[in-house]
Amino acid sequence: MTKQNFDPSKVVFGLDSFGDIPLSVSDQPLSQAAAIRQVVAEGILADELGLKVIALGEHHRADYAISSPDIVLAALAAKTKQITLASGVTVLSSDDPVRVYERFATLAALSNNRAEVVLGRGSFLESFPLYGYDLRDYDLLFEDKLSLFAELLKEERVTWSGKTRPSLEDMEVFPKTEKGLPVRIAVGGTPASVVRTAKYGFPLTLAIIGGRAERFLPYIELYRKAANQYQKPLQPLAVHSHSLIAATDEQARELAWKYLRASFVKLGNERGWAPMTQEQFNFEIKEGSFYVGSPETVAQRLARTIKKLGISRFELAYGAGGLPVPQRMKLIELYAHQVVPRVREILAEEE
Amino acid sequence: MKLGIIGAGKLGMVLGQLAQQAGYQVLIAGSGDPSRIELIVATLLPQAQSLTSTAVAQQADLVILALPLHRYRMLAAADFADKIVIDATNYWEPTDGPAADLLISGTSSSEMIQQQLKSSQVIKAFNHIGYHNLLDLAAPVGSSGRKSVALAGDQLAAKNQVATIINQMGFDPLDIGPLAAGKLLEPGSPAFGASVSRTKLQFLIQKYAVDSKTD
Repeated sequence: MTKQNFDPSKVVFGLDSFGDIPLSVSDQPLSQAAAIRQVVAEGILADELGLKVIALGEHHRADYAISSPDIVLAALAAKTKQITLASGVTVLSSDDPVRVYERFATLAALSNNRAEVVLGRGSFLESFPLYGYDLRDYDLLFEDKLSLFAELLKEERVTWSGKTRPSLEDMEVFPKTEKGLPVRIAVGGTPASVVRTAKYGFPLTLAIIGGRAERFLPYIELYRKAANQYQKPLQPLAVHSHSLIAATDEQARELAWKYLRASFVKLGNERGWAPMTQEQFNFEIKEGSFYVGSPETVAQRLARTIKKLGISRFELAYGAGGLPVPQRMKLIELYAHQVVPRVREILAEEE
Repeated sequence: MKLGIIGAGKLGMVLGQLAQQAGYQVLIAGSGDPSRIELIVATLLPQAQSLTSTAVAQQADLVILALPLHRYRMLAAADFADKIVIDATNYWEPTDGPAADLLISGTSSSEMIQQQLKSSQVIKAFNHIGYHNLLDLAAPVGSSGRKSVALAGDQLAAKNQVATIINQMGFDPLDIGPLAAGKLLEPGSPAFGASVSRTKLQFLIQKYAVDSKTD
């Protein structure tokens, strides 16, 4: 496998939030409105601490507050200086590509070109009935709308026809951006999604939420081969995984069991999965995709994954399952102050 | 021995990798023309052959179904005649649509597939462990902490053969009875998502069987 794009000093570190509603110490949820304001406070903190990306996911459920990431990102545009403002993901299948372009091009204007759209099929389904889409068109909707979205990104007059939305005949969409709108595609491991991303020449984000990260090495190879076959440039690779960082390993494990595991149990239960056992939890922490522990422990594991996969961006998902506000803020601080510099140090030592 | 896999998604690829490691010659089909998955197969399963699903069914000695459940209707019974078919599929709303349109209440989805593939021996297996766990947890015979994969089916000889394959692919097989018992491995059961030892899996399934009867 070629790793010509890999330069440890240039690895980008970001944060991902789905807008999970934080719980109080007595396990009472914050209001959804307060949860949204909390994410804005965290985005400001991340920007001040020098983290490079904040990505906000779109959900339409009681346990997540953010259904309109672009609006939250617009608030952050006004209050931050350098951080990239990304979605994670925008469920293109149940949205309209023209409107997605318009909203994120507006965000690009507001933020002096710090907007980024991360598209995906999404792993939640609530947006389909909400917007009147048929789940049976899950694949078709994404494929069809992505083909239009790729046209819109050219920012020229568009003529397009497809199966899931009215045709466009020599139409133009506004606002134009100053530097183009950056796009990534996030995939969960469906081989055909990896190939599709390469076919369009978009950068790939691997959402690795369980199991060993190395499992994705063949998918990275697939992405590279497909890019080559479609004669598209090799774009930088990113990974998204869940994390819980606290002062000590013990504290982090306790918090992860109470909140992060709880979110997996809850979502798994909705899909018919048996609850995550202690053994499965331990596996994810030790060898799998939960980056849980003290700053040193998490830095060692992150460095290993970054190096093994040769990725240039890591997005740490935080706050799953209602992690309370003080621990969320602490996690962001530890990540920016201790984990990120330590990962760079480890990667540089190993060079 | 040629092992056929119908479905070239996450699960199909993982099962293909495990089958190759176990020394099987793998034939695999995605949806439609084999050229659509050529690159995927060449990269993820370099020794496998990608064919149409008809060719996979006809040429393989044994076939694993790893396709979205609703597509079972497109399988032609004649192509699978007299073969063992391992059903690794599960009902999953986003790809299969509303449950009421597809499933027959009270029976396992594998029985529905058996009705379609009348002259085959359908065995339910590999459906209850997440695909990434299958890859991460496969271990040689006799390893300590080895995990178990349950199987359900109506023909003993066919079940023995599938049990051997499960063993070769890295898991302790656990026979839980006839195909109808496959219901105990489906979404919502304590076995669904469980990657545990054979003893533990047996306990979970027996307890669930008793609990479901008394409900």
